[in-house]
Amino acid sequence: MQESAKLIRLIRHELLLEWKNKQAFTSLVVYALASLFIAYLAFRSQMPVVAWNALFWLITLFAATNAVARSFLQESRGLQFYYYTLLNPRTVILAKTVYNTLLLIVLSGLNYFFYSLLFPSPVADTFQFLLVLLLGCTGLATILTLVSGIVSRASGNAALVAILGFPLLFPLLLTLIRFSSNAIEGFSLQDSMDYLLILVSLDLMILSLSFLLFPYLWRE
Amino acid sequence: MGFLGPVPAMPILHETIRNLYFHVTMWMGMLILLLVNAICGIIYLSNGKWYYDVVADECARVGMVFATAGLITGMVWANYTWGAPWVNDPQLNGAAATMLLYAAYFILRGAVPDENKKARLAAVYGIFAFVMMFVFIMVLPKMTDSLHPGKGGNPGFNKYDLDSNMRSVFYPAVIGWTLLGTWMMSLRVRYRKLERIIEEQEP
Repeated sequence: MQESAKLIRLIRHELLLEWKNKQAFTSLVVYALASLFIAYLAFRSQMPVVAWNALFWLITLFAATNAVARSFLQESRGLQFYYYTLLNPRTVILAKTVYNTLLLIVLSGLNYFFYSLLFPSPVADTFQFLLVLLLGCTGLATILTLVSGIVSRASGNAALVAILGFPLLFPLLLTLIRFSSNAIEGFSLQDSMDYLLILVSLDLMILSLSFLLFPYLWRE
Repeated sequence: MGFLGPVPAMPILHETIRNLYFHVTMWMGMLILLLVNAICGIIYLSNGKWYYDVVADECARVGMVFATAGLITGMVWANYTWGAPWVNDPQLNGAAATMLLYAAYFILRGAVPDENKKARLAAVYGIFAFVMMFVFIMVLPKMTDSLHPGKGGNPGFNKYDLDSNMRSVFYPAVIGWTLLGTWMMSLRVRYRKLERIIEEQEP
């Protein structure tokens, strides 16, 4: 079978698994909603714009960490060996990354919807904000997938994903928050072109790094 | 030279300008050590020799010693020049991020009991960490203004360049700190080698 056909198969397989086990996805949504509600109780409706942005990304970050941390940890040792004999490690990491990106896009979309319900959205340029969200999800998913792979080899302790992942996410999150605050203020896309370029190149760089480095994790 | 050599008289900075010899050079030394860490990671992944992993580990350790020293000297300087030891500034955030990244690196090393696996995971994480750190401290600060000398229109290194006396201390100091770090690192590496030999001899 062609590598690309295998890739699509693998992504479909992951989606099917998710569909069969809806409880896992529901628990992620509930987690995001619960943290949202805590924020609501703390702030009520008087939320300054800076805090709106910061809190949105914090909730997204925690929900994303929670969601992606499962990707390698939930698989049994046996299944990983099975993949190992069948597939090229690069196909595996690519499939996982694509799947996690899709998952995060859905999750953060829901998050954005409910967040704007509870706290009136100050976003002036919704299209631009969604663009930031899309690029952000790609970057978050890629880094966290690789970290989840590292952790599954290291100890299997999910708490380690956050410890190892957050420092790696600093540059990405900083860019995301600045870019999205531009979108909230309603600057035109031309004004934030620098951020857009940085974000796209960061995403590409992260993706190629994890593509290059993952085979070394995979080898037992 | 560092303490007594002639320096240009600058407003506000005055004699604190001498911190250039310590703070900046220590950070340079740290960056070089962390670069060695990433390179050793790449070499380790390609050939799997134990030696490169030990060098990478010790480079990161000495690098963090330098980072701490650089941070403290920077904070002392900032206290006199900016009036506070810590201000919200891209450069300082970069410093904090670097230290957190490598703290996570050590946590990862501590979490894996198996030698080979530890080395491989640490190499992967180390390469990733170095790239992210580079982006954070080299690329992103260019996007905003900073209080830090040499950034955002503040007088920086280039202004001091006019004074060749400072140059003649600065460059040797960078080399000196790097060599000192290499020496500390190689001592530790040799110690670890000996430890390993002893371990192998004892049944």
